[in-house]
Amino acid sequence: MSGVAEVLRGAAERFPGEVVTQAHVRHLDLPDGGGRFALITLDNGFDHTKPTTFGPRSLAGLDAALDQVAAEAAAGEIVGVGLTGKPFVFAVGADLKGVGVLGERAEAVAIGTAGHEVFRRFGALGVPSFTYYNGAALGGGVEVGLHCTYRTVSAAAGALALPEVFLGLLPGWGGCTLLPNLIGADRAVTVIVENALAQNRTLSGAAFHELGIADALFEGADFLEQSLAWTSAVLRGELVVGRPEVDRGAAWDAALARGRAIADGRVHGAAPAAYRALDLIALARGGDLDAGFAAETEGLADLIMGDELRSSLYAFDLVQRRAKRPVGAPDKSLARPVTKVGVVGAGLMASQLALLFARRLEVPVVLTDIDQARIDKGVAWVHGEIDALRAKGRLSGDKANRLKAAVTGELDRAAAFADADFVIEAVFEELGLKQRIFAELEAVVPEHAVLATNTSSLSVTAMAAGLKHPERVVGFHFFNPVAVLPLLEIVRAERTDDGALATAFGVAKKLRKSAVLVKDAPAFVVNRVLTRFMGEVLGAIDEGTPADVADRALAPLGLPMSPIQLLDLVGPAVAHHVAGTLHEAYPGRFAVSPNLARVVAAGKRTLYLPGGGEPRLDPEVAALFETGSAALTEEQVRTRALDAIAEEIGLMLEEGVVAEAQDIDLCLITGAGWPFHLGGITPYLDRAGVSERVLGRRLLPRGVASVPAA
Amino acid sequence: MPRNVRDVVFVDGVRTPFGKAGPKGIYHETRADDLVIKCIRELLRRNPQLPPERVDDVAVAATTQIGDQGLTLGRTAAILAGLPSSVPGYSIDRMCAGALTAVTTSAASLAFGAGDIAIAGGVEHMGRHPMGEGVDPNPRFVSEKLVDDSALFMGMTAENLHDRFPHLDRARADEFAVRSQEKAAKAYADGKIQADLVPVAVRRTSPDAGETGWGLATADEPMRPGTTREGLAGLKTPFRPHGRVTAGNAAGLNDGATASVIAAEEVARELGLPVKMRLVSYAFAGVEPEVMGYGPVPATRKALARAGLGIEDIGLFEINEAFAVQVLAFLDHYGIADDDARVNRYGGAIAFGHPLASSGVRLMTQLARQFEDQPEVRYGLTTMCVGFGMGATVIWENPQWGNR
Repeated sequence: MSGVAEVLRGAAERFPGEVVTQAHVRHLDLPDGGGRFALITLDNGFDHTKPTTFGPRSLAGLDAALDQVAAEAAAGEIVGVGLTGKPFVFAVGADLKGVGVLGERAEAVAIGTAGHEVFRRFGALGVPSFTYYNGAALGGGVEVGLHCTYRTVSAAAGALALPEVFLGLLPGWGGCTLLPNLIGADRAVTVIVENALAQNRTLSGAAFHELGIADALFEGADFLEQSLAWTSAVLRGELVVGRPEVDRGAAWDAALARGRAIADGRVHGAAPAAYRALDLIALARGGDLDAGFAAETEGLADLIMGDELRSSLYAFDLVQRRAKRPVGAPDKSLARPVTKVGVVGAGLMASQLALLFARRLEVPVVLTDIDQARIDKGVAWVHGEIDALRAKGRLSGDKANRLKAAVTGELDRAAAFADADFVIEAVFEELGLKQRIFAELEAVVPEHAVLATNTSSLSVTAMAAGLKHPERVVGFHFFNPVAVLPLLEIVRAERTDDGALATAFGVAKKLRKSAVLVKDAPAFVVNRVLTRFMGEVLGAIDEGTPADVADRALAPLGLPMSPIQLLDLVGPAVAHHVAGTLHEAYPGRFAVSPNLARVVAAGKRTLYLPGGGEPRLDPEVAALFETGSAALTEEQVRTRALDAIAEEIGLMLEEGVVAEAQDIDLCLITGAGWPFHLGGITPYLDRAGVSERVLGRRLLPRGVASVPAA
Repeated sequence: MPRNVRDVVFVDGVRTPFGKAGPKGIYHETRADDLVIKCIRELLRRNPQLPPERVDDVAVAATTQIGDQGLTLGRTAAILAGLPSSVPGYSIDRMCAGALTAVTTSAASLAFGAGDIAIAGGVEHMGRHPMGEGVDPNPRFVSEKLVDDSALFMGMTAENLHDRFPHLDRARADEFAVRSQEKAAKAYADGKIQADLVPVAVRRTSPDAGETGWGLATADEPMRPGTTREGLAGLKTPFRPHGRVTAGNAAGLNDGATASVIAAEEVARELGLPVKMRLVSYAFAGVEPEVMGYGPVPATRKALARAGLGIEDIGLFEINEAFAVQVLAFLDHYGIADDDARVNRYGGAIAFGHPLASSGVRLMTQLARQFEDQPEVRYGLTTMCVGFGMGATVIWENPQWGNR
């Protein structure tokens, strides 16, 4: 005990900002003559909006509580020990801010060891121990319960998960070892790897129980009372808890293989956490807890000292905090209410926008287009989507009726938009057309209405140039698929005023999008970075590198898709169009690929052959290609592409396209799905030495998204 | 349309342990509505033969219908307890006789045929809602001398009752109180009380009141076993200098909730629900508000008359002990000895506590237990005094009677 206490004291000094979780010990008489019982409550003294976490002082407090109950158990004063949380929260695991300050491996080892030493005591009290998962339990919060003899869970508890792998960590306070021994390797892989890598999917109380993690499930209204009555029944021998035997044979191997396939599919071998967790699950098969816990600590320390984890924590912070408080957004008190939305165009993009606006703003949304047939088709598409959501049970009948009534079509723009507060255009990407539309809109919309454009590459300033009130025009750039990708680039044109901008940010928040303020520069952020990088890959192909070699070049980064898969998703025509726009703006850096032009001219919509399996270049596309003879290796292509990205980001920051490098990373994570372990991209460019090589400087200071200097 | 009045029965009743009101009480950090909810859920749990959707109404009483005791508590508690949304609910107020009135009002509806099954109960969290919270008495009460100032203060009305019956002195009140504590302690020792208590998880964040964190309330907090006459004799009389009413011979300020299942007898039998008591008659009566403790006397007279019974037919009495003198006045009137074994066999509110609008169902639950033990008794009654000068009495028949 003293050893742990000392380690924790040292760690506590390193982390003065810890929000300390107290472990309160209170005694009670179990119902039905169950005997005297000690119940430990984890509580950091705040309400549920600040969930309970474990930092070094918190662990030391729990250790002290365990000293007390262990002595009481030894003296025969209590028949059991329970552990539960404050209202709505059990415990959400290690305090991640405490991980960020660790600069030496020995400290990381100490934290891993301390967690094991404290939590293990729940299994060595001499009396049975019980965890009552009353609410949110994540990571170490779940793990502490795994060390107990029995567990119950509330049906009202949401957010039950082991999210460590999602963040680039692993469940290293017993989770990787205890969970497979409790519920079998396959289910452990589901919880530790599959769910974590599926955008951090969490479990309901019922699912937690169904998986076998908890022995009993009780409703929220009297969860603790029923858990204590159950405890009494178990301790009196009235109830025997049965758990299915874990299959330690072929099923264990199959589970590991499944886990590796999931990890490969998600991170493509580029981030270590999932694989390290799987190694620990493999080791857990023999049930040797000492060996398992020692290996967990090593795994934790390795990951904590790795820049992938630091990049992930940085990325997590961006999407959790920065995305919610966009840098540079005007005061929200300036935002005007939006009680009706107009959409110009009724094509697929416009219809997607109409559906999103209707669902999130719950105000009338009216679509317009150049003829009634297009309008009818757009409205029918939206109504069909609403019906589909209703059929899936995602909307109630009343809500579906409300939304369908809200989305209408109207040929006469003047009638449609006379009382609209926010009108967005989603028509073909042609400046003249958009200018004409805005001029027409200006004549019919109310004076306060915001005019928004979903352009991906045109100048918003130019679009507003001829208007009487250019100050109310903003760029409102969504990413496809609109319902899935969280990013919204909000573009401030030269004359955009704070009221229009604040209104746009207010709408973005209601749409539940991560809004990033960007300057009116060609292609804004995501498309500019992707197009630059794609240009280099296509350039390499044009110059003679085999397409498959060029396409594999970025694989070590673990991007969600290869360059050609991305090109297929965007569509060759759109990619070619954006490349053209950027080439006009920056002819020196953005090339227009003649081969891509030929693909587009031939009307090809994809480069790869359709169907699963290994991607193969469509022979018809290959036949169109005219290439040079300068073949690069994968590494050369990768260097060329990364150097170009670094150069472009350096220029974007100089031009002030966004406030900081963090915004570029946030855009790439939320708009392109670039992974946490790269931190978006700038942490990777720093740690791979690319930014130093190209720009002569880091993009982020050491210690931000990287291990701090020791 | 022709209709018959149906027999109505008390199927089952439970309560939370009662707590002491105030910052050190067990329920200081527990919501009032949560206390009711735990009772309703316990009733449903221990009567699985009762399909929740068969509950026709939920009547919940509270004296101070503000905050967590407001918002039409019967309806909100029903939803929070997990009853189907098709089950309606409402709130009741007759101060101390709230839960009792919830039972009689429900019973009247069921007897009439406006439903088959009801849940009736009450709650008072006197720590969160002190007596008199938010009241605004009409000034005419005083200007037109409709009532004396003292009528609004229950302790003063008890002193007034001592004035009216000088032979009911402090010594007799104290003696009665000591016996109440003794009987309650014995009832606990005999396991007569615990079976109808719903344990409540209670949180404490302030260390001033004891260990912090989650605990479990499993027993009545106000109980003072070992209370002696000498000990009581030394207590102050807060309502009047040299008065007679003390904290020792009156119920305290308490937190707690009760709930019961009331059903038409034929429906209870059809569903296989227990039939613990059969309703015979009930009555409410008014008296001068200054001596509200006298209310049970005329209320009982009316209830007996309606049932065609005499006081000698009553084999068991559950009289709410808001004040010892108020029980003594009742016994004195009906010629029953202060220590008659038929009266409050398990002790009363002086020991257990009296969370105003919840207490009526506690009386019934305790009477039902006594009926089980004493099949030779045919009739029992539950009675209580009510603020602003009222009494409430319900007469019950023991379904075990004759099954000896």
